[in-house]
Amino acid sequence: MSTPYVRRFDSFDRVLHGFLMLSFLGLAATGLPLIFSDQPWARRMTGILGSFEVAGWLHRVCATMLITVFAVHLSRLGRRLIFQRDFGLLWGPRSMVPQPRDLTDAVGHVKWFLGLGARPRFDRYTYWEKFDYWAVFWGMGIIGASGLLLWFPVFFANVVPGWFFNIALLVHGEEALLAVGFIFTMHFFNGHLRPEKFPMDRVIFTGRVSLEELEEERPSEYARLKASGGLAALQVPPPERWLVRLGTVIGTTAVSIGLLLVGFILYAVLT
Amino acid sequence: MRIKHWLAFFSVLFVATLTFVAAKGPTNIPMKAPPAPSRPAVVKAPPEPANDDCLACHGDPDAKSDTGRRIGVDPAKFTESVHGALDLKCVDCHADLKKTTDFPHPSKLAKVNCAGCHQEKVAEYDRSIHAAARRQSAGSVAATCVDCHGTHDIRQKTDPKSLTYPLNLPATCGRCHGDPDVIKQGHIQIGNVSDLYKDSIHGKAVSKSGLMVAANCTSCHGSHDIRKKSDPDSRVFRRNIPNVCGSCHEGIKAQYDNGVHGIANGRGNDKAPVCADCHTAHQIQRADVASWRLDTIRECGTCHADKITTYRDTFHGQVTSLGFVRVAACSDCHGAHDIHGKADPRSTVAPGNIVSTCRKCHPTAGENFAKYDPHADKHDKARNPVLFYAAGFMKWLLLGVFGVFGLHAVLWLPRGFRERRGQAKHS
Repeated sequence: MSTPYVRRFDSFDRVLHGFLMLSFLGLAATGLPLIFSDQPWARRMTGILGSFEVAGWLHRVCATMLITVFAVHLSRLGRRLIFQRDFGLLWGPRSMVPQPRDLTDAVGHVKWFLGLGARPRFDRYTYWEKFDYWAVFWGMGIIGASGLLLWFPVFFANVVPGWFFNIALLVHGEEALLAVGFIFTMHFFNGHLRPEKFPMDRVIFTGRVSLEELEEERPSEYARLKASGGLAALQVPPPERWLVRLGTVIGTTAVSIGLLLVGFILYAVLT
Repeated sequence: MRIKHWLAFFSVLFVATLTFVAAKGPTNIPMKAPPAPSRPAVVKAPPEPANDDCLACHGDPDAKSDTGRRIGVDPAKFTESVHGALDLKCVDCHADLKKTTDFPHPSKLAKVNCAGCHQEKVAEYDRSIHAAARRQSAGSVAATCVDCHGTHDIRQKTDPKSLTYPLNLPATCGRCHGDPDVIKQGHIQIGNVSDLYKDSIHGKAVSKSGLMVAANCTSCHGSHDIRKKSDPDSRVFRRNIPNVCGSCHEGIKAQYDNGVHGIANGRGNDKAPVCADCHTAHQIQRADVASWRLDTIRECGTCHADKITTYRDTFHGQVTSLGFVRVAACSDCHGAHDIHGKADPRSTVAPGNIVSTCRKCHPTAGENFAKYDPHADKHDKARNPVLFYAAGFMKWLLLGVFGVFGLHAVLWLPRGFRERRGQAKHS
């Protein structure tokens, strides 16, 4: 008996997330050695790549990739907003925009942690997923902008005074540390490593979630789709075995690299 | 034999006459005319043993004494030596055998006293660390004349076969200073300095390029009066080092003397760096060697601790810390030998020169670009106010986010376990 599945992420967003992962890991691996340049592991990592020039080149290649991902995402949002008049993006249960409900959900969730109440009935995007999204969104803006400033300092010095680069380097590094630290611990925990999901949630690779899981985890969305009759339109066959396996391989690799880098950071910070 | 005897007698007489005749004119012999050769012409009896008398026993290079000690002298080597060329007699040096007529002579002879002729050089030697070490302990292995110059085969230092010929000298000193036993016995702190020197730019210039002008041991340490580096009269005493290096590197010395470090050193400030602090003494490298350039940054940081901290916070400092030198190190902005204070208009980092200094690496940099602070300090509110507040904001942002979500995860974890157990029971 096959379980019925529903689509959660379309293939475009999944591929985009794939590029996001690839470029983010690349940026982290080539950028962290600079922040922790006094660490032996930083020297070894740069040594493996050949030289800091190679690392810098890869960093810029990944940066270009990530900026492209960001631009494509923004243009997709723009298209949905302007051409498809999909204003549900801006407010409501299908929106990423933080809403009062997220605050009550968060409080309710913590109460549930402590056994003081029932689990909140989440909709399509939970408050921690929204935080993930906006953290990355903000990070891309700040890290991207400061990174471009540092990439072309002589050009930007026509517009901003030289001490801006001092700020840019500090912000670029600290913000990167925040992004890397957050994604490789909190995002991994919330999305994959917490007991309910362990070892991982493959939804970002398959794009599909079983109806049962949807009803359990996002009862509000389930109820909403059921009431509007949209559930039938989203029904898809279960993910192919190869796709699940591919997701396992990619996910395990990414989580391993991420946790290794977190280990390096912790070693550097604690010693 | 008798003919040879007479020949020797006449030749000695001839040299003696020449010496007397030429006494007022310039002599091409660089040392004092040996007093001994004139004597046979004056003193009549008893005749001194001639070289051939000695060589009768000692002429076989493999000759050994009763006790098995090597006593052979290679007559050819002696003839080629500087003393051989001067027709010195064996007994001129082995003077206690002068009046011996009864051969074989007693095996225990007095030590040869080089001061008989080389009074000045021996006086210099007496002030050296080698002589001091010998005075201090009887069993000392510290070098005496023969250790560096040889014995019967002594040649002038201009002779390529000489032990003291510039290209041979490092190996000569290395016979002791590269020998672990001597280093141990002599408590030589620096250890195997011979190996260090061999790999240095000076050592390679001598051994690989055969450069006569390259610094060898004596160029810096002197020869006969080598002194401890802690001795203010030593050529390698800290304050004297720039003069020693400057004897070859005159142009650099002129720059150094003009810079803040040279001036401070001239005033007797022992904290001022001298050549060897950055370049080392025996391991001097080409100035474009990466490892040396990186070491020099650390060296600057030993005094300028606050500056190296802020430098390490910048991209320049991060990249050099990773071990790459394509970015600016201290000397790229501040200069090397002729560093001046920022307020000095000659300084490369003076307001009037800063743009051209930045342009060395960033060719199209302008005034605005040069407002970058290569030593920005995020803790210094007065110097970098915006950076100070940006750093504070980032710190609290990181602490806040990780604090809140860390706690969130810690609370979620046990609940998650319970949930999972529940799921398992349910299914």
